[in-house]
Amino acid sequence: MKNKVLNKIKNMSCWTDLIYSLFAIVVAFIIGAILIKISGYSVKTAYTTLFNGAFGNTYNFTQTLVKTIPLIFTGLAVAIGFQSGLLNIGAEGQLYWGAFATTIIILIFPGLPALILIPIGIIAGALAGGAWAAVPGYLKAKTGAHEVVTTIMFNYIATLGTTFLIKNYFKAAGPVDQTAKIPEKARLPELMANTGLSWAIFVGIATVIVISYLLNRTSLGYDIKAVGENASAAEYGGINSKRITVITMAISGAVAGLAGSMIVMGVLHRFITNFSPGYGFTGIAVAVMGKNRPWGVLLAALLFGALEAGGMSMQLFAKIPKDLMTVVQGLVILFVAAPSLYNIITGSKDTKEVEV
Amino acid sequence: MNAVIDTIFSLNTLASAVRLAVPIALASVGGTFSERSGIINIGLEGMILSGAFAGALGTFITGNPWLGLIFAMFAGGVLAAIFAVFTIDLKANHVVAGVGVNILASGATAWLMQVIWNRRGTSPGVKGLPEWGIPFIKDIPLVGPLLGKQSPLVYIMLAVVISSWILLFKTPLGLRIRMTGEHPEAADTLGINIRKIKYFSVITSGVLSGMGGAYLSLGHLNRFSSGMSAGRGYMALAANIFGQWNPLGGLGASFLFSYTDALQMRLQSLNLGIANEIIQMFPYIITVVVIAGAVIRSRPPEALGEHYDFKK
Amino acid sequence: MDAVKMKNITKKFGEVVANDKVDLSVKKGEIHSILGENGAGKSTLMKILFGLYTRDNGEIYINEKKVDINSPSTAINLGIGMIHQHFMLVNRLSVTENIIAGQEPIVNNIFINKKAARKDVKDLAERYNFKINPKAKIEDLSVGEQQRVEILKALYRDAEILILDEPTAVLTPQEVEEFFEVLNTLKEAGKTIIFITHKLEETMEISDNITILRDGKKIADLKTEETDSNELARMMVGHEIDFSVDKKEMQSGKDVLGLEGINAYNERSFLNLKNINFKVGEGEILGVAGVEGNGQLELEEIIMGLMNFESGKIYFKDKDISHYSTSKRRQLGIAHIPSDRLKRGMIKGFNLGENIILGSEWQKPFAENGILNKDRIFKYSDKIIKDFDIRTTGSRSSASDLSGGNQQKLVLGRELSREPELLVVAQPTRGVDVGAREFIHDLLLEMRSEGKAILLISSELDEITKLSDRILVLYEGKIVANDKADKFTREELGLLMAGHEGEDIDEKQSTK
Repeated sequence: MKNKVLNKIKNMSCWTDLIYSLFAIVVAFIIGAILIKISGYSVKTAYTTLFNGAFGNTYNFTQTLVKTIPLIFTGLAVAIGFQSGLLNIGAEGQLYWGAFATTIIILIFPGLPALILIPIGIIAGALAGGAWAAVPGYLKAKTGAHEVVTTIMFNYIATLGTTFLIKNYFKAAGPVDQTAKIPEKARLPELMANTGLSWAIFVGIATVIVISYLLNRTSLGYDIKAVGENASAAEYGGINSKRITVITMAISGAVAGLAGSMIVMGVLHRFITNFSPGYGFTGIAVAVMGKNRPWGVLLAALLFGALEAGGMSMQLFAKIPKDLMTVVQGLVILFVAAPSLYNIITGSKDTKEVEV
Repeated sequence: MNAVIDTIFSLNTLASAVRLAVPIALASVGGTFSERSGIINIGLEGMILSGAFAGALGTFITGNPWLGLIFAMFAGGVLAAIFAVFTIDLKANHVVAGVGVNILASGATAWLMQVIWNRRGTSPGVKGLPEWGIPFIKDIPLVGPLLGKQSPLVYIMLAVVISSWILLFKTPLGLRIRMTGEHPEAADTLGINIRKIKYFSVITSGVLSGMGGAYLSLGHLNRFSSGMSAGRGYMALAANIFGQWNPLGGLGASFLFSYTDALQMRLQSLNLGIANEIIQMFPYIITVVVIAGAVIRSRPPEALGEHYDFKK
Repeated sequence: MDAVKMKNITKKFGEVVANDKVDLSVKKGEIHSILGENGAGKSTLMKILFGLYTRDNGEIYINEKKVDINSPSTAINLGIGMIHQHFMLVNRLSVTENIIAGQEPIVNNIFINKKAARKDVKDLAERYNFKINPKAKIEDLSVGEQQRVEILKALYRDAEILILDEPTAVLTPQEVEEFFEVLNTLKEAGKTIIFITHKLEETMEISDNITILRDGKKIADLKTEETDSNELARMMVGHEIDFSVDKKEMQSGKDVLGLEGINAYNERSFLNLKNINFKVGEGEILGVAGVEGNGQLELEEIIMGLMNFESGKIYFKDKDISHYSTSKRRQLGIAHIPSDRLKRGMIKGFNLGENIILGSEWQKPFAENGILNKDRIFKYSDKIIKDFDIRTTGSRSSASDLSGGNQQKLVLGRELSREPELLVVAQPTRGVDVGAREFIHDLLLEMRSEGKAILLISSELDEITKLSDRILVLYEGKIVANDKADKFTREELGLLMAGHEGEDIDEKQSTK
């Protein structure tokens, strides 16, 4: 009898994952509340401005969505890597090159019609991000170089590199290190005026669908997951795990590159140096919270987008530094990364064990 | 061109490199302890950062940079203890937990800076650690400028590296740590308390990294600046691997990285016509090259990254 | 006096009852054997005695005093030492370091006294007639030598009660004899020895008393001199075993697999395969005999394309496949039952359906143009589960829920249903209970009569002699014998496996 019940819970693993993730958020918020209290602020004010800032009115909700969009992409990017046992900490650098490539290719071909310009911009972003991730992937496959260290180093190289290129070759007139604006036809149409919320949200959802399909319904997805679960067995079955490593990193990087493209085409309409407030790193929290499943990532991205938007509001109105939300983020990662009580009972695993 | 060559070989650059090696080397030895006991520690970056912050804070409060150093070691240790609980007892994936710790530290230091000083970006200036001139040595021609007159943390770093090496390879504790990282079950069956050993090793890595962070805020800049660890924790990770999980090797590797760091700083001031950003890339590129080349022959502890079932 | 008394011991792991009210009494100074099939609960019981597991219920008495053993240190303090089946040795450290860890001799209150440590180890070894180099690294030692280090570890801690878990699993027949001499020396020194095994003949040869476990329960206590193999076998398994085999005469047909001049170096194990030449024909089982670690793994992986080799050629039905990828080799019709089924043969995190299409996930009918067809996958998987009698809740359940025997059936089901022409089968019945073992042997013989070529690699000599048409012996990476199965006696095979030449049997025995 007990066996049957346990089996049922096991088969509903996505529910238990959800419950545990929620549990982790609650604990992190409780700790956040303690910190707020200690620093002399009112927890009630803090969390109400946080919530209102995220969901209080239509405009705020659009801002939540705007902050969610890049996280969908970076979260997916990291999740794809995790599914294959790879730790892509380089989403930040990949999104910079994605943004850069998108901006430059649009600025170089301003004459093309929107129907061509927009897809080209998107493709350029994906290719740039994919290439930037494929190099660490290749190094890992060829030399065993741990992708955590290489992708992190590549982040620094990317921010320095894009800054260099913008400052010296693509700078628009004026004091700020940024490019000129991309023409109107190359911008993603706004969903609501003056909010920054654009069709990028649909691109995000479409990407979730595509990645979910890729991972769960295709032979390539099978190979990617097999290598992540047991690379030795994957090789035994004839899968070339080195090739899969490079392909997975490339796909991961391409999705991260799209994050950059979406920011350029949907919100900023230009490349501004150091524009990212750490979307690539937050993406890690999003992936872990979403248990590396595409739809889970979507939900987790929404959560973190809300924290971002709400956090800014909290800073503005309750005068509580939004860095506190970063602290909460770190706590969430820690709690979600540890197998839950549920997992201990049912014996399932979330993020894979990875060797150095 | 001459200016470049001069800079590469100048004693000033080397002396600078010795100084800049401190945070990387200390964190690298910390990483060695942690990994030798089987725990991958990506959180070195966050531990350095919290050490840097706590060092500045402690000095600000007490007016004494030496007490600030104690604060720094304590902060690093506490962060490491949290990390240890998650990885050792709660069986969290080491790397993910390490990333979480880094994000936590980055948020916490920025937040505390606001809460305590109401500032963003940098803390108020604090009194730094004095330089020590070693009476006899500082007058020796070549070695003098390098080792004769440096921040006390340089000497502490050397002492830490040597005593860590002795501890790991010549004492019972070291043997037990190594066994825990290679084959925890074997150590368990010999009655060795692996849980204690892992906790000790991880907390040590935090204390040492915190010390390294103190160098940044008390020996280098005399204030805390947000994000000032700037990737050194990851370089320390690479240094540990390159140094083959040996404190002496880690020191050598750290020096390689800090040398490129010192070099890039000086080359920037030469106005060579190469953009600063490109020069700043050097340390990061070197790290990638090193890690791609070094790993082929590396042999990490056999049980690195695994979780152990303490009670069955 | 009873050195060890365990009363009413119960231990559960989740739903599985590993020990069910087990009683055990071992007299001081005797050699006591705990006999049972894989999964009978023998290891669990002894791990409880050594403090690695905690019992759920029951009592333990050491030298007639009641004790609570919660950790290995407690057990060690009580004079209990355990030599595990999978050695608890650190490869990279030296013999001395492995032995003294946890009880290091100290100098100046800080440092390990390396000199004293080495001397202690040397003296100890001499006392029991062990030849060992205290400075050698474990990874450089032979398996027999490593085992002796394990024993020294226990003796260094003044163990009076020694528990040995399947100690002869990794030894050649001759090394087993040497090992028994060691046991007798220890017995003469007054030690009490508990010996876990599933091997009947060894139990009969060396032990004084026997306790039989089956399915977690204690079945019987017997005096060795009052029983025989047949009775033991019957009690271990619960029914009569038919040791005979029904093997048809087969005419071996065309060559299916050929290895010519294969030379390889495995840098992980430091092993060289030297000049390997052999052929396997249709309807033939070629058995590769030898103690594990003599090149079997390398052979297995080279044939499947999982390991590189320096020179030579591999032929599959006249085609040179030396440089073909693993994937291509499998597609040609080569199936592989790997020696390490958990590492190579299956993916624990995947469900049964996904495991069953491992290697075929890009092929029709399971996928078209890279898109998987889940219906077809699960239908196929359901059929295999039925045909191979895999005990599971269904195709969608996780492979991690399968027992050892069923895991092996999963691997067999997958590989054999692909209708291969060549089977590379390594250690097919390791960790598998007797019922499943018979099933697997019958399957292999059936494949043989259907005309398949089978390369059977096994360290179980009985399995080799029972099934093979021809036998090859591997020793230190070289083929030291290759002939029709009926040309060998079991004794000759044992000698060859240990590196002796066949004709010198008499000579070697007289110089001993």
